[in-house]
Amino acid sequence: MPTLANYLIVSGLVFSIGLAGVLLRRNILIIFMGLELMLNAANLSLVAFSRFHLGQDGCPRYNAQVLVFFIITVAAAEVAVGLAIIVALYRARQTTRVEDLDTLKF
Amino acid sequence: MNTVPWIILCAPLAAAAVILFVGRHSKPLSAGLAIGSAALGCVLSWWLFAQPDPVAPLKFYWMDFGEALRIPIGVTVDHLSKVMMVVVTTVATLVFTYSLGYMKDEEGYWRYFAGLALFLFSMLGIVLADNFVMMFIFWELVGLSSYILIGHYFKRDSAADAAKQAFIVNRIGDFGFLLGILFLWAATGTLMFGELVGRVGDFAENPIYLTVACVLLFCGTVGKSAQMPLHVWLPNSMEGPTPVSSLLHAATMVAAGVYMLARIFPILKEAPHALDVIAWVGGITCFAAALMATQQDDIKRILAYSTISQLGYMVLGIASAPTPDVSLFHLFTHAGFKCLLFLCAGSVIVGMHHEQNIWKMGALKNKMPFTFVTMVAGSLALSGCPFTSGYFSKDLIIAWAVEAHPFLGWLSVATAGLTAFYTFRLLFVVFLGKPRGEHAKHACESPAVMLVPLACLAIPSLIAGFPAIEKIFFHTAEPGRVPAFLHPVLLVLFAAGVGSAYLLYRGADKDPVSIPFFANRLYIDSGYAWAVKNIQDGGALGLSWADRWIVDLFVVQVPSKLAWACGFVLRFLQIGNIQAYAFFFGAGALGLLYLLIFR
Repeated sequence: MPTLANYLIVSGLVFSIGLAGVLLRRNILIIFMGLELMLNAANLSLVAFSRFHLGQDGCPRYNAQVLVFFIITVAAAEVAVGLAIIVALYRARQTTRVEDLDTLKF
Repeated sequence: MNTVPWIILCAPLAAAAVILFVGRHSKPLSAGLAIGSAALGCVLSWWLFAQPDPVAPLKFYWMDFGEALRIPIGVTVDHLSKVMMVVVTTVATLVFTYSLGYMKDEEGYWRYFAGLALFLFSMLGIVLADNFVMMFIFWELVGLSSYILIGHYFKRDSAADAAKQAFIVNRIGDFGFLLGILFLWAATGTLMFGELVGRVGDFAENPIYLTVACVLLFCGTVGKSAQMPLHVWLPNSMEGPTPVSSLLHAATMVAAGVYMLARIFPILKEAPHALDVIAWVGGITCFAAALMATQQDDIKRILAYSTISQLGYMVLGIASAPTPDVSLFHLFTHAGFKCLLFLCAGSVIVGMHHEQNIWKMGALKNKMPFTFVTMVAGSLALSGCPFTSGYFSKDLIIAWAVEAHPFLGWLSVATAGLTAFYTFRLLFVVFLGKPRGEHAKHACESPAVMLVPLACLAIPSLIAGFPAIEKIFFHTAEPGRVPAFLHPVLLVLFAAGVGSAYLLYRGADKDPVSIPFFANRLYIDSGYAWAVKNIQDGGALGLSWADRWIVDLFVVQVPSKLAWACGFVLRFLQIGNIQAYAFFFGAGALGLLYLLIFR
């Protein structure tokens, strides 16, 4: 029987993998996927907290799970916008490598 | 019945408003509306004066904050305000009519008449006010209309400066007046004249408070009635058209200060030290202004200093006599003869093609006989010739002053001699001798529309002081112990003043007496100019230094340079690598998390 700690460890690992991907990978699409991983890690921990934190009637607290649905919905919208920006960026610069996108500086 | 005062008050305001909007298209309409509103007020005032019963006041609340503060707009119709309304509206009607002739060819005709109507409204507001706030509002409105009218020829720098000076100097006095009103309100919680009189007993434990409040209220009089040391604006206000000088700066507006003192007389009486201050200011003003008048060369300035001097008499009378009617009697006669003298001066100025220097006039007796006769009547009244109006009213004030403040009383006796001297100096130089310039040779009499008001004013100047007439308007009282030789001394001084003026100035081509100290107005004006130039400009220099080196340096420059320096250092973090930014962001978030949880 897995405990809350097991779920949180998995969630933390997935978040770290996502963060590492965002910080270290050079392809902007991979970075974007890293971002999605981090979101899903947060979702996982929320669901785990909900499952292991029962109310007085023995049922899980569903507030957290509802929040997760919101996050999934917003993330879907965010993916649509993000991919559109990446497509537009590629059309303008002919590249998806972040080293080439370095004009945002003094 | 109880709407009549409101009609008198509001008719000039309505006239001013209509003239403002449509007056520029029609000269007769502007003049007709202004004169009509004044004449209506005049007729109704006399009618009201003839009513024996007190008029029930009609009032409404302008501001109502419950028990804490109620400011009504209401009218007082008692004997005091009835007499004052009669004086103001009658003189105004005559001066408005006279203006038809004087302003015939001037520009800004409608502006002039709108200003006059606005002035009449404001002055009647002061007269009718039944509380301090309403009086203060109209007090300021009078200052505004005075500013507008003095600056009528605003294209001339001297007129614009004179208007500005009059306004600023009056504001200095009004500041004290406002403080005085707040002092009284803070102590009694009421601003109504009627209620204040009953509350004077509240001050029994703290007489100094009442003294300070009364002196502050008197500051309003010092400004508006041109007492020392704020008298400097009145002679300069002669830059305005002469009918304005006559109505505002001789007959009515400058008397507002004296009227205000009469209105609060029951309160003043409880503050003997404040009355001492008032007496000294009045007495010194009266004497010093007469000294200055003896050496002026401008016909209107001579009359202006004489106005200051006569206002000094009235203020001294308020402080000396047990009833304000003594001063109001002089206010009443003075309004007649001083208005007359100014209108005569205006007639002379028109005849001389706007030359005001008396040493360029001369021998106008034959050219302008009617003006000469009326001016003689006015001069006799001003200098207190026996059985003219000024004789009765001025001697009464002098008698009370001698009894209450012997030194100031004898100073005012000496002033009476000086008054006769400078008045007849003016008369002899302007009307006798020989012509001293081209304009004087070709001067001609003014039109009838200007001469009729002169006649209407000359008659009261001569007879208004007789006891039979005085009884109708005032309840004065004679002092008990007057030195028996006072009246003979005054007669001798009158004769000496006229005689010495005759000997010195008959046939003189230039002033045979030269006293620069008097001609330069005791150097008070230059003193103020020096003070403004050195003290005020010095203060401004200091403030400018503080602005440049304290405000600019420490409040503006230092923070701006600091922010710039921080930005300069921090911008090396902006390396353009998006992942570096994400790393900084993540590190910052971790740092915050650490601080939140582990500290």
